[in-house]
Amino acid sequence: MNSLALFLTVFLACAVEAVEALTIVLAAGLTREWRSTFQGMAAALVVLAAAVAVIGPALTLLPLTGMRLAVGGLLAVFGLQWLRKAILRASGYKDLHDEAAIYTRQVAAAQVATGGGQRGVRDWYAFTLAFKGVLLEGLEVVFIALTFGANQQNLGLAAAGAAVAVVVVAGVGVAVRAPLSRVPENTMKFAVGVMLTSFGVFWGAEGAGASWPGNDAALLAIVPATALVALGYTALLRRARATRRAGVPSVERSAA
Amino acid sequence: MTRWLRAFGAFWYDFVIGDDWRGAAVVALALVMTAVLVHVASVNAWWLLPAAVIAALGWSLRRATAAKP
Repeated sequence: MNSLALFLTVFLACAVEAVEALTIVLAAGLTREWRSTFQGMAAALVVLAAAVAVIGPALTLLPLTGMRLAVGGLLAVFGLQWLRKAILRASGYKDLHDEAAIYTRQVAAAQVATGGGQRGVRDWYAFTLAFKGVLLEGLEVVFIALTFGANQQNLGLAAAGAAVAVVVVAGVGVAVRAPLSRVPENTMKFAVGVMLTSFGVFWGAEGAGASWPGNDAALLAIVPATALVALGYTALLRRARATRRAGVPSVERSAA
Repeated sequence: MTRWLRAFGAFWYDFVIGDDWRGAAVVALALVMTAVLVHVASVNAWWLLPAAVIAALGWSLRRATAAKP
């Protein structure tokens, strides 16, 4: 279960971030210039690889208990952030993540931006757009892959999950040459939020010294319980929103 | 240099903690309390962090949606 969950979580998180990075890369490449876009992408990948090369081995040297406390706490906080956004989106309080709309905005900005090159790059705008997009989306992937891989003491599997997701998304992106707006990104983010929070809670409590009933099998209860809580909050917020929009105060409804 | 450090810190704050620092504070407090209960009071408080996370999520969502239609 843990290895499968590790692979799926990293794969899903990485796929979501790769879809977002692809939108930015396509906007830069199709609107401006491909060579500078690829240079920006390559520079970001070098920075990300350096981060993995430095942080990855360092994480494996830390004592497992201390790492689980620190990483579990960080993942729980990070997961809460994902889950909060996913619930707000699913309940209608926040706009859904729309790759087509983001692509349109990026293209519009890229079309009016001034050109010009420097430091061996023909189009500096395309370079920085691709660099920032890939680096920022990639950092989340690196964070998730390293923390999951180190905690499970299986960095190879985490790296495989990330690599497969990047290859799949890049392959589909090359094939369709358009933002992947049909990918159920919001549902995937919801699932990743559930997994990050669940593993964060599991490792955080273990790192603090607690023992889960059933040891690792506790995850079989924590993951569905987290999903149920998140779905419950989503249903509550949807109902509250519908009530508010109908113009009937909830106090009057409960009094009736 | 100071500006760079500030921007670096702001990036990581936004990256890990995001819009609502209270969730992070609740998680940190729950971890400390779990450690205290386990190591000082010998209570296997595995239930504390999940309960705190559920409460923090509900609190954060309530704050985020309170003023919105």
